[in-house]
Amino acid sequence: MTADPQAPDKGTDEKAHGFQTPEHEKTWLDEPRTIDTLIYGLSAVCALLVVIDPFLGRHGKFEIETLWGFYAFCGFVGCVGVVLIAKLLRTVVKQPEDYYDE
Amino acid sequence: MSEVFSALGLSELNPGVIIIVAALLIPFLSGAVRSIYMLAIPVVAFAHLSGLPTGDFGQFNLFDMTLTTLRVDKLSVLFGTVFLIATFLGVMYALHVGAWLQQVCGLIYAGSAIGAVFAGDFVTLFVFWEMTAVSSVFLIWAANTPSAQKAGLQYLIIQIGSGVILLAGVLFYFRETGSIAFNALDVGAFSGQLILVAFGIKCAFPLVHTWLKASYPEATVTGAVMLSAFTTKLAVYALARGYAGTELLIVIGTVMTLFPILYAIIENDLRRVLAYALIGQLGIMVIGIGIGSDLAVNGAVAHAGAGIFYFAILFMAIGAVLYRTGTAKASELGGLYRSMPFTTAFAVLGALSIAAAPLFAGFVSKSLVLSAAGKDGFFWPWLAILFASGMVVVHTAAKLPYFAFFGRDSGKRCEEAPLNMLVAMGLAAVLCIGIGLYPAPLYALLPNDVSYEPYTVDHVVTQLQLLTFAALAFTLMLRNGLYPLMLKSVNLDTDWFYRRPGHTLAQFANRFRVYTWSFVADAAVGGATRAYQWMHRHAGPDGIFGRTWPTGTMAFWTTVMLGAVVIAGFMKAATGG
Repeated sequence: MTADPQAPDKGTDEKAHGFQTPEHEKTWLDEPRTIDTLIYGLSAVCALLVVIDPFLGRHGKFEIETLWGFYAFCGFVGCVGVVLIAKLLRTVVKQPEDYYDE
Repeated sequence: MSEVFSALGLSELNPGVIIIVAALLIPFLSGAVRSIYMLAIPVVAFAHLSGLPTGDFGQFNLFDMTLTTLRVDKLSVLFGTVFLIATFLGVMYALHVGAWLQQVCGLIYAGSAIGAVFAGDFVTLFVFWEMTAVSSVFLIWAANTPSAQKAGLQYLIIQIGSGVILLAGVLFYFRETGSIAFNALDVGAFSGQLILVAFGIKCAFPLVHTWLKASYPEATVTGAVMLSAFTTKLAVYALARGYAGTELLIVIGTVMTLFPILYAIIENDLRRVLAYALIGQLGIMVIGIGIGSDLAVNGAVAHAGAGIFYFAILFMAIGAVLYRTGTAKASELGGLYRSMPFTTAFAVLGALSIAAAPLFAGFVSKSLVLSAAGKDGFFWPWLAILFASGMVVVHTAAKLPYFAFFGRDSGKRCEEAPLNMLVAMGLAAVLCIGIGLYPAPLYALLPNDVSYEPYTVDHVVTQLQLLTFAALAFTLMLRNGLYPLMLKSVNLDTDWFYRRPGHTLAQFANRFRVYTWSFVADAAVGGATRAYQWMHRHAGPDGIFGRTWPTGTMAFWTTVMLGAVVIAGFMKAATGG
């Protein structure tokens, strides 16, 4: 299978791949419910960590560090931002796999 | 063990030399004997090291220079110890490999890196520095693919080049100071600048980093594990020894910490993802060395030590995938947890370590650098490390396990990794968790006497906030199709500037020829084309450099230029300039 490098970044992974896991090989990790539970669990942990933040009396070396939810903000916004920038970068740097071969 | 070496009159032997000499016997052994022998080599060297007192040994005079072939101090013992453990892990991981050349070269490479760490002077350092380059290139070439041949040659040229620049710097240093002892260097002096460039190339500074991302993913399965441990960490050692407190390094380190993240996110080859992640982690170490305080240098070298172990696990896990499935490309992988449950578990532990999750190795080492940056008021480097600490989740720690072992099912079914690979991964995982749970032994090895407590409520909670929100961002982006799909492609990096222009120039000349009709232009371009054809005959696929074109051409000109640099250096030295 050769994916077209010029194809837009759309669609799901499954469509790109086309393999369906046979029923007897499916495990609890393949259940959509498990994935949902994991995401809700992760969200709950995130929420908890932000809620307790102001009660910890954190003290930092810099003023900005002590703002409520500063680290959570850095983690989330930093990651979303860097992925979007990386996608922009890809439009500039992406070339076919054999680009250097000729 | 040290008594044995003393009895042989070898009590002042550099531990690296033991490994190099012992490696030469491997071709004469086979089967279980060879396996036991190879595993025993780093153990014996370690026993010798642990019996060595602090000080300078193995000194002799060469012309009017004093060579110190064995310097034992806290910095060299720390790197020596970590390198010896990495050697043991690397040998264990490669036990199934039958080809003796790879085994011998791997051990000579490890021995040279260890030898370099214990070198007390620049001449000894230079010899081992070049030996690491020459021996390790076989770990790339042994992959035996055309792209590995090319990448290996490029790697060799750049590594040898680093050594040649080091030698030039040492010549100037000797003229300036009359000494070749390897101690703190002055970046204001010309010699200091040359040597910094030499160290910087090996440390994959921005713009000279491309050898790393080009070569490591082309190496053999076992070779990449060895490569990830030694070359760049040797450079970190050299920088820590020579350039602690050089503020320029803070700027360089900050750039190194951030830019590889973008490439790691869109990269399809998972070993190349790790190569970019490695550069990012090196950036944190370089920042620490640049800050130069006791705490910061401790952090840099602790992070180098811890990094060796978690990169070992990650390269081993992806190597095992490549070994069993024949590919390390994210676009072709997925769902391997069914076939390789143990490898999956180890990869996840390695991922938690690189993410610096509390209780894992990365946490207790990265915290030192972050605290040091905060303590001395370096706001921007501090913020860069902070953001990079979160982003490591989306570019490696979550990406790698997700695309290789979970995610959509690729339909690939294979055997679990061989037992020796699992044992090696398991030992590395034990080290990562052990350092994370009980950092005291690692801290005790650090060069500066600073007490530090990584497990404060502040550190733990803020790091958890950073990581859980980064993980949430990754999950939500995957769900909503925002995370880049893994596509078969090449992503242009700065090596484009030397890999591509020849080709582009030829294309440009051709277009020029089409659009101009005047006799003069036609004649000129005809001449240019003939010149190109003449060059193509010699440098093209069938020419004298044919086997390695276009890297062959680059090899030729690099050698010419480096030769010119050395000759200029000698002449300047000879004329007293």
